[in-house]
Amino acid sequence: MAKVTVGKKACAVNPLKMSQPIGGAFAFMGLRGAMPLLHGSQGCTSFGLTLFVRHFKEAVPLQTTAMSEVATVLGGYENVEQAILNIHKRTKPEIIGICSTGVTETKGDDVEGFLRLIRQNHPQLANFPLVYVSTPDFKDAFQDGWEKTVARMVEVLVETPGTGTRRDPKRVNVLPGCHLTPGDLDEIRTILEDFGLQPWFLPDLAGSLDGHIPDEFVPTTIGGIGVDEVAAMGQAAWTIAIGAQMRRAAEAMEKKTGTPFRLFERLCGLAACDEFIGFLSEISECEVPLKYRRQRGQLADAMLDSHFHIGGRKLAIGAEPDLLFDLSSMLHEMGAKVSVAVTTTQSPVLERIQTDEVLIGDLEDLETLAKAGACDLLITHSHGRQAAERLGIPFHRAGFPMFDRLGAGHALSVGYRGTRDLIFDIANLIIADHENNHQPTPDTWRIDSAVAPGTEPAVALH
Amino acid sequence: MSSLSAKIQDVFNEPGCGKNATKSEAERKKGCTKQLQPGGAAGGCAFDGAKIALQPFTDVAHLVHGPIACEGNSWDNRGARSSGSNIWRTGFTTDINETDIVFGGEKRLYKAVKEIIEKYDPPAIFVYQTCVPAMIGDDINAVCKAASEKFGKPVIPVNSPGFVGPKNLGNKLAGEALLDHVIGTQEPDYTTPYDINIIGEYNLSGELWQVKPLLDELGIRILSCISGDARYRDVATSHRARAAMMVCSKAMINVARKMEERYGIPFFEGSFYGIGDSSDSLREIARLLIERGAPDELMARTEAVIAREEAKAWAAIEPYKPRFQGKKVLLITGGVKSWSVVAALQEAGLEIAGTSVKKSTKEDKERIKEIMGEDAHMIDDMTPREMYKLLKDAKADIMLSGGKSQFVALKAAMPWLDINQERSHAYMGYVGMVKLMAEIDKALFNPVWEQLRRPAPWENAAKNWQAKAIAQMDAEAAALAASPEASERARRAKRICNCKKVDLGTIEDAIAAHGLTSVEQIRQHTHATAGCSICTFRIEEILAALPGSLNASPAPLLEAAE
Repeated sequence: MAKVTVGKKACAVNPLKMSQPIGGAFAFMGLRGAMPLLHGSQGCTSFGLTLFVRHFKEAVPLQTTAMSEVATVLGGYENVEQAILNIHKRTKPEIIGICSTGVTETKGDDVEGFLRLIRQNHPQLANFPLVYVSTPDFKDAFQDGWEKTVARMVEVLVETPGTGTRRDPKRVNVLPGCHLTPGDLDEIRTILEDFGLQPWFLPDLAGSLDGHIPDEFVPTTIGGIGVDEVAAMGQAAWTIAIGAQMRRAAEAMEKKTGTPFRLFERLCGLAACDEFIGFLSEISECEVPLKYRRQRGQLADAMLDSHFHIGGRKLAIGAEPDLLFDLSSMLHEMGAKVSVAVTTTQSPVLERIQTDEVLIGDLEDLETLAKAGACDLLITHSHGRQAAERLGIPFHRAGFPMFDRLGAGHALSVGYRGTRDLIFDIANLIIADHENNHQPTPDTWRIDSAVAPGTEPAVALH
Repeated sequence: MSSLSAKIQDVFNEPGCGKNATKSEAERKKGCTKQLQPGGAAGGCAFDGAKIALQPFTDVAHLVHGPIACEGNSWDNRGARSSGSNIWRTGFTTDINETDIVFGGEKRLYKAVKEIIEKYDPPAIFVYQTCVPAMIGDDINAVCKAASEKFGKPVIPVNSPGFVGPKNLGNKLAGEALLDHVIGTQEPDYTTPYDINIIGEYNLSGELWQVKPLLDELGIRILSCISGDARYRDVATSHRARAAMMVCSKAMINVARKMEERYGIPFFEGSFYGIGDSSDSLREIARLLIERGAPDELMARTEAVIAREEAKAWAAIEPYKPRFQGKKVLLITGGVKSWSVVAALQEAGLEIAGTSVKKSTKEDKERIKEIMGEDAHMIDDMTPREMYKLLKDAKADIMLSGGKSQFVALKAAMPWLDINQERSHAYMGYVGMVKLMAEIDKALFNPVWEQLRRPAPWENAAKNWQAKAIAQMDAEAAALAASPEASERARRAKRICNCKKVDLGTIEDAIAAHGLTSVEQIRQHTHATAGCSICTFRIEEILAALPGSLNASPAPLLEAAE
């Protein structure tokens, strides 16, 4: 059982954390025809936008209420109204998703009240889908913004099925956490479809940010789940939530529609996948297809081949809670020792991470602790690149943002196949490090040269 | 806050800016930036601008006082390069929380400064104010002053919270912070008659180093660059330079002008983009230094270097000429820099499609620079299908533009090259221009385009997205033609000439009423093109597209003018 501690520094150095509103906006990007809107100064949007564009290498829709100093002090009704009217007219979206920011929360703008007034004053918006989520920057983190926004989408957009509506036994809602990539969602979709199930994803980033060339030319999201489809999610037989962050949305779904849910905290790792595949087989009343029996064998073989390399490695990992839990658990199961774990925000999974202490902190903490603990494998998002260089240890990029390598949207970690490929990637990284930096020399084992260059770092036994 | 608003007023009142000088008192007070449109705004805030301008200070700790969004979402995102310290790439933020909002964040800020000094001991700390602490009344000036005294180290307040305005204003407020707290606070170890400042150059992709060897060869010392690859001490001593070159007028004109006022350092506005501009700038540096007392022989040496470098560059570009024969470049950018590369592109045999800067004199170029801001904005606002049609209609072979439009170009299977600030290649000076040609060549002749343009095996060529885009736009044009009211509204709403504020309707009416057939005649009747003349090609397209008929489909670029 890990102890969860919160960093005491006044100054965060090399932040691991990103802000809550852009986590919320990210969730809206998985809706079809959506325009996410941050209620704040234009910089709140432009920083977020740049981050998404650098990660996905795609045009990304994200607008701003462009709050000026005066508007901030007087209250932002007019800015919200104008922004919605402008977006509604210019980009013809199917939905506008609004997230607040630090500036407007400090003032205390009552955005729900604004929206009621806007609907009253502009009949064309009376029934137009507008979803608002309160996401102040000075609280919580990216993952929390996603969590709150998906839950809010369920509360506002999903319709309660009428009495006597028959549930469709083949229909399954999937509520994915923000730690899954569009590639992961596609993999999950394929798996569900192979069991004869019809999955609906909320949000569906695979539809919008998978890098495809659009058929239609729209300034909003291009793909993703439609508002009408979200409304009908109550007809599904099951809801599958992925990542502990999705419990809130799954409970909201159950409360509103009676659809039962099953939460999978992890989809990376043999046992985690077994549980998932077993569940799918059960609800679909379908034998596990041959394809997955073979994939399971391949994963087992990959684990055999790789455990020589991953086993005993001392891992330093910085990630948002669900990704941290997923990856660190898988690597723990491969024999790595989770020496340092740093995260961004509170979560019930943190105390179950296979390490002594989980620190809510920053990349400076991760680097310092990794150095002190002589870690020899680093996993975090792209901002870890400077630390990795200084530490001189193999660095696997995981999470958001990944702006200095290509293919971020297609990185895979779920399912037997995704786990298999991830294990190979990490093992290969370690092999390359070994070849380049740790070849034995005639002096490697000489008694008085314990610190000579090229020596294996001493392995702490535990 | 009152001192901040006074500062902003001061920045708006910029006698060094030609545009500002012609404004009325009331206009000037409003500032030089357009009111932002909620739901239709793009671009960074004033804090972003301040950070962009100062972050290239390589040995300084940049501490952002605010919630996580301001630094957490944006740190280490600039392509500037350092020849020494890398502390500028470290993200420092107070990451203020709810408790700080209630009780104030000053104590946390002070402690943060203390922690940075204890752990990293930089020569100075820049503290950036952001919206939330500005709202709750955190006085960063007072905290910085107290910290400076306590720790005996410059702790510089940069008062530029995001909500006071756009990026551009933030650049200038950053300049003010330097003028108030940094420049002139230290003395250089020695001075020479060859000391210059370069102002508004950020050393993106290390491009300053494409020019520095030439200055080194001439014995010209960059006493300080503000702020590319800058050390705190360099800029603190920059008041002893003999002359200055201002590279980006939008960003730091206040710094150049006030340094002239306070320290008598003359400056000129120049650019190292393009062969001709590089030569002009070297000459101008030499001229100013000689004026300030450097020996006359500097000019002869400068001319010799220019002659040698020009010859070398043209010789290196020569082999591209036959390859570029008949190839067209579409030049779209918000950055002014690209305009000075036009000459080089043309010299290499490329045709410029879609602009009218071909025959521009130096004065014209200045005016184009002014107006390009608006024009580029128009392109940013274009929908992908408009962009696609533009590319198709311009029959261009390659597009050079800023990062924002890249995905459209690339998805239209169109060679594209980034010439804005996010670019990864350095294009400055003579070597930079040759590099640009090499990159264009690489993009133009890459066989990948042929692959990408192939239809999928299941795809009917008439139904692919490109065809659909064209069909969709034709349908819209037809709908407009069918409804006289809609057509009239659309004609009036489409601004053709931004300088003289002339819309499509006015031009078409003039054509119809007077039977106009040339751009010249249209200018006489409507004043369109009488400003920067960049809209000339649009008028040419109107003339070409509307032979006698007012309701035919509008020319492609007009779609963009919303």
